[in-house]
Amino acid sequence: MAETPRIELLDLHKAFGENRVLAGVNLKVMPGESVVIIGGSGTGKSVTLKCILGLLLHDRGEIRIDGAPVERIDRRAFLRNFGMLFQGGALFDSLPVWRNVSFRLLQARKPLSRTQAHSLAVAKLGRVGLGPEVADRYPAELSGGMQKRVGLARAIATDPALIFFDEPTAGLDPIMAGVINDLIRELVEEMGATAVTITHDMTTVRTVADHVAMLHGGVVRWAGPVEDMDGCGDPYVDQFIHGRAAGPIAAIR
Amino acid sequence: MIVIDVVSGFFASIGRSVLGLLAATGRLAIFAGLIVSHLVRPPFYFGELGRQLMRIGYFSLPVVGLTTLFTGAALALQIYAGGARFSAETVVPSIVAIGIVRELGPVLGGLMVAGRVSSSIAAEIGTMRVTEQIDALSTLSTDPIKYLVLPRVLAATLALPVLVLIGDVIGVMGGYLVGTARLGFNPANYIRNTLDFLEVGDVTSGLWKAATFGFIIGLMGCFHGYNSGRGAQGVGQATTNAVVTASVLILAANYVLTEAFF
Repeated sequence: MAETPRIELLDLHKAFGENRVLAGVNLKVMPGESVVIIGGSGTGKSVTLKCILGLLLHDRGEIRIDGAPVERIDRRAFLRNFGMLFQGGALFDSLPVWRNVSFRLLQARKPLSRTQAHSLAVAKLGRVGLGPEVADRYPAELSGGMQKRVGLARAIATDPALIFFDEPTAGLDPIMAGVINDLIRELVEEMGATAVTITHDMTTVRTVADHVAMLHGGVVRWAGPVEDMDGCGDPYVDQFIHGRAAGPIAAIR
Repeated sequence: MIVIDVVSGFFASIGRSVLGLLAATGRLAIFAGLIVSHLVRPPFYFGELGRQLMRIGYFSLPVVGLTTLFTGAALALQIYAGGARFSAETVVPSIVAIGIVRELGPVLGGLMVAGRVSSSIAAEIGTMRVTEQIDALSTLSTDPIKYLVLPRVLAATLALPVLVLIGDVIGVMGGYLVGTARLGFNPANYIRNTLDFLEVGDVTSGLWKAATFGFIIGLMGCFHGYNSGRGAQGVGQATTNAVVTASVLILAANYVLTEAFF
């Protein structure tokens, strides 16, 4: 019997007024797999993630989590096993770093004590290469790269089975981007988690992905294993991964 | 033909504005209903409520205190000047007290807190919206309405009557200081006149008003921040809208409540 996809999108549509962002997206993410969704700015990568999470309501089509329509799943149970790294970090300014990292565990029905939560945060910060001295600082006191790492520590705080990474290297220098990419790959392999990453950074794609899906024109233009991407023969994928101005994708959108 | 186009365009623009207003009213009513429904559903974030009580209540005390102090003082001078025209200067203590407690304390206190708190709540929640912190809360199994909105609205509703009560005392003191130091009233007589003419209903009607204004201040700050547009401009617009709508609604609610308590 075929394995049930962890996430499955079937003919997903989403429009904002006249602007049709998703026009029939079909995608499968298998358990334990790291899928990277690529595509230019404004092609609906973030909208796809937000539809899966229920932060945006899709207009048409179906989203299935472990084979069940997303409307019927226990959302609390789903979120308990879920982590997300946001593009800008989305750290809570008013809370110190350690409370950001252990936020979910402090708000749980049976919350950790402050001491336990602090220790856990320090351990998770260590896992992403940050020292314990960072734990008591506030997000505004950290550099962009450090904020990203704190966001990563928060995403893995509960060792989730499903993690989303939204533009994990956006705004970082190449060295820090490389560090974040390696960390994501290590963490996904170590935890055996299913990961969905959206990016337009090809280094991230090659470091993090098992499978790649390219969004263009509101649909998945091409999907396949990362090792097939360079030779897939799709002119859209070819133009995108080589960053050429000339090709079927208009440079000015 | 051109005339018909102009006329129909005119009515269409009115129709769009009315529909927009009705839609916004509906969204606000749903938002308010959602907040109230969270009042009785756990979990409750008492720590957040405490922090907001400090921020909205305690730190607004100087603003409300100074506002009512100077208002009471000016009111004493005005009533004295007006009363002198028909030899009724002795009414100064009682009218200052009634004016402050029933009307000026809650309204001016409410407007000052609206300027200070509605704007800050809208800017804070709007920035959280723009920087995806509200989305992050949802993904961390925390309901943003329960965690962010309810404590702020509840804190404003609870804090404002206390602020206004303190403001009432300070406002009456403002009148007392001017009355005794500038207008030649006997201190003991001034206090006796104030207390003799003041009724419990005067104070409680002012406190009911204050609680209503507090709810409006919290609701408008949270509603506009939560539905903030993108970028700095969106947050700026949300902040302006929060203060303007809170102020106008406070004045409108004040009339309705005054009619009710009349």
